[in-house]
Amino acid sequence: MIVDNAPTVLSVKNLTATINDTPILKGLNLEIKAGEIHAIMGRNGSGKSTFSKILAGHPSYEVTGGEVIFEGQNLLELEAEERARSGVFLAFQYPVEIPGVSNLDFLRASYNARRKHQGLEEVDPFDFEDIVRDRLKVVQMDESFLDRSVNQGFSGGEKKRNEILQMALLEPTLAVLDETDSGLDIDALRIVAEGVNQLATENNAMLVITHYQRLLDYIVPDYVHVMYDGKIVMTGDKELALELEAKGYDWVDELQPVGV
Amino acid sequence: MSASVTTLVNQPYKYGFVTDIESDTLPRGLSEETIYAISAKKGEPEFMLEFRLRAYRQWLKMTEPTWPDVSYPPINYQDIIYYSAPKQAPKKQSLDEVDPTLLETFEKLGISLSEQKRLANVAVDAIFDSVSVATTFREKLAEHGVIFCSISEALKEHPELVKKYLGSVVPAADNYFAALNAAVFSDGSFVYIPKGVECPMELSTYFRINNGDSGQFERTLIVAEEGSSVSYLEGCTAPMYDSNQLHAAVVELVAMDNASIKYSTVQNWYAGDVNGKGGIYNFVTKRGICKGKNSKISWTQVETGSAITWKYPSCVLVGDNSIGEFYSVALTNNHQQADTGTKMIHIGKNTRSTIVSKGISAGQSKNSYRGLVKMNPTADGARNYSQCDSMLIGSNAQANTYPYIQVQNEGARVEHEATTSKIGEDQLFYLAQRGISAEDAVSMMISGFCKDVFNQLPMEFAVEADKLLSLKLEGSVG
Repeated sequence: MIVDNAPTVLSVKNLTATINDTPILKGLNLEIKAGEIHAIMGRNGSGKSTFSKILAGHPSYEVTGGEVIFEGQNLLELEAEERARSGVFLAFQYPVEIPGVSNLDFLRASYNARRKHQGLEEVDPFDFEDIVRDRLKVVQMDESFLDRSVNQGFSGGEKKRNEILQMALLEPTLAVLDETDSGLDIDALRIVAEGVNQLATENNAMLVITHYQRLLDYIVPDYVHVMYDGKIVMTGDKELALELEAKGYDWVDELQPVGV
Repeated sequence: MSASVTTLVNQPYKYGFVTDIESDTLPRGLSEETIYAISAKKGEPEFMLEFRLRAYRQWLKMTEPTWPDVSYPPINYQDIIYYSAPKQAPKKQSLDEVDPTLLETFEKLGISLSEQKRLANVAVDAIFDSVSVATTFREKLAEHGVIFCSISEALKEHPELVKKYLGSVVPAADNYFAALNAAVFSDGSFVYIPKGVECPMELSTYFRINNGDSGQFERTLIVAEEGSSVSYLEGCTAPMYDSNQLHAAVVELVAMDNASIKYSTVQNWYAGDVNGKGGIYNFVTKRGICKGKNSKISWTQVETGSAITWKYPSCVLVGDNSIGEFYSVALTNNHQQADTGTKMIHIGKNTRSTIVSKGISAGQSKNSYRGLVKMNPTADGARNYSQCDSMLIGSNAQANTYPYIQVQNEGARVEHEATTSKIGEDQLFYLAQRGISAEDAVSMMISGFCKDVFNQLPMEFAVEADKLLSLKLEGSVG
C-alpha cells in the first residue's frame, strides 16, 4: 500500500554491475518506501535476477558504480550475512538443498542470527519450536517439514513455501522475491501468495521479480517496473503488467531508442 | 564472505606445547640390543622378550607397505628414539605421588587425573611418551573384577592373561608396522572384563607424545569375557615439531560369547603446519575378534590429526550371529593424508557388519577410504552394509574410495553405497542470506554430515568431537 510520508526503505541510484567483466546492470534507479509492493518484470536476461542477487550480496557479482542505500545505510559495504541480519531477505528462485542439516536447526540458527543483530536474546530450541509452529500456518506447512534436511527432497512448491516460512520468521524490512512463481502449480502459487500477503505491513516493503503477470493477480503491486538491458525503462501501476501481458515484451523492445 | 571457498588456514593447534621434564631415554636406533634394553627396563617376563625378538627378526625381513595412497619421504628407523620415559620414581599406587609436572600437563590437555576434578564416570590411563604415568579409578573397577591398568603392570600382575591374548588377534608379524610395534612397544592399556560384568564406567586412555625425536609404540589389549560389556575411548595429542614423529600402535580386542566391546577414538595428533611441515605419522593396526557367538565389536573413530594416517580398525567375525561395526569420520586439511577404513571378515553364520565412513577433505589434503568386506564360504546368511560418503571443501582437496568386496558364500549379502558432495558456494550464499556466517554454515553442514557417526560416541565425547571438527576447519572457507 502507498502510505503518505512513509520512510524510504531502499534507494538505488545509477547502479552498474558486472559478472566476469560482462556488464549486467547499466544504471538502475529505484526507490521503495515502507508499505509498498513493487514488481519488476522483464525478459530473461534483462538483469532482474542479477539485481536481486546484488541486493543480497552475492559474491560473484561486482558492483562497478552507483549506490544502494537501505534504511539510511550503504548496503554495498555490508557482507551478505550482515545484510540479511539487517533485514534484507531474498526468497530464492532455486533454493539450495543442504543435506544433513535439519530444517529446524537451520531456521533457528537464522532466526537467532537476526535476533542477535537486533540486540535481542537468542531463543532456545523449546521456545523456538513454539514460534516456528505458529509461523507454519502462514504457508500451510506440516510440522514434519521441520525434521527434514533443508530443502532436501522438497518438491518445487515445498521449497518455495519453505522460503516464505523463513520470511515469516525473519520479518524482513525488505523482502525480494525472485521468480517465486516459477515451477509452481496454481494451488501452490495461491498458498505462497497468500503467505506473502499476510506478511505485508506498512512497515516493510516487497520487491517481486517475475516474468509473468500471473503472480501479480495474487500479490497486487503498487508499482510495476519493466527492466530492459540492465535498466528500469518503464514504471507504472498494476495496469502496466496487464498491458505487458497483452502486448508482449516485443512491445518494450520497440519502444527503446535505436542503438541501445 | 569473499568470492570463493579457497585458501585454508589452520586453526592454531592448542595442544602443541612441550612439557619440560627430565627423561630416561634410550639412544637412537633399533637393534636387538634396543629390544633387550626395553625389556630389561620394564622387568618383563621371559616370554615377552621372546615375543619381541621374534617380531623384530620378522620385521627385518619385511618391507614397508607402499600400497596406501599416501606419500612421504623414507623413514630412517635408526634415527628414532624407541624408549623415552619421564624420570620419576616407579609408578605409585597413589596419584598424589605422580610428578606434578605430568599432572599439570594432562590438566592442560583437559584430562584431570586428580581425585577432585576428574570426570565422575570415566576412568583414565594416562600415557606419556613410552609409559603409563597414572590410571584412575583402579580400585573402584577392581571391586567389579574389572582390570584396567597399563600393559606393563598387567605383565607383572596378570602375566597369564597377557600371555594368552597378546598377539592372538594381531600376530607379532602381521604387517610391517605391527611387527615394529611388537618388537619395541613400551606401554599401553590393558582391560579385562570378567564373565557377566557390565563395566560400570567408561574406560579411556589418553596418549601424549612429548619427546620430539621419539616414536610412540603402544599396545592395547581388551578382553571381554562371556556376557560382559565395556566402552573404551582413546584420545591423542602431541606438541608441534617441525620434524615428524612415528606413532605405530597396535590394538587387539577379544569378545567372547554374548560380549560386547565399543571402542572409540578421537585422534588429534599434531597434523603439521599449513605447508605440511611436521606432524605425526600415525600407522596403526587395530583389530578385534568376535570369538564368541552373539558377540559384538564396534569401532568409532574421529580422525582429525596426524600428517599421515594409515589405519584400518577391523573385525573378524568368527562367532555365529556376531556383529562388527565401523563408524568413522576422517577429516583432512592442509597437506594431511589419510588412508583409512576397515576390514570386516565374516566367518561365522549370520554374522552382520555395518560400515559408515565419512571423509571430509579440505585444503590440499588427500582422504581415502579403503575397506574390505570378506564373506568366507562358511558365512551362511552373513550380511554387510557399507556407506562411504565424502565431502570436499574447496577445489584442491582429494577424496578416494577403494572398496574391496570378496564374497565366497552364495547366501551372503553385501550392500555398498557411496556419495560425494561438495560444500558449494551456492550453499554458503544461501545460508549467508539467512544471516549465518560462513564458519557457522560449514560447521552446521559438517555436523550434519557426521551425525550418524557422532551419535555412536559416548555423549561427553560427541560434543567434543563436534567442536574439534569446527576448530579444525576454522578459516578453511572464506
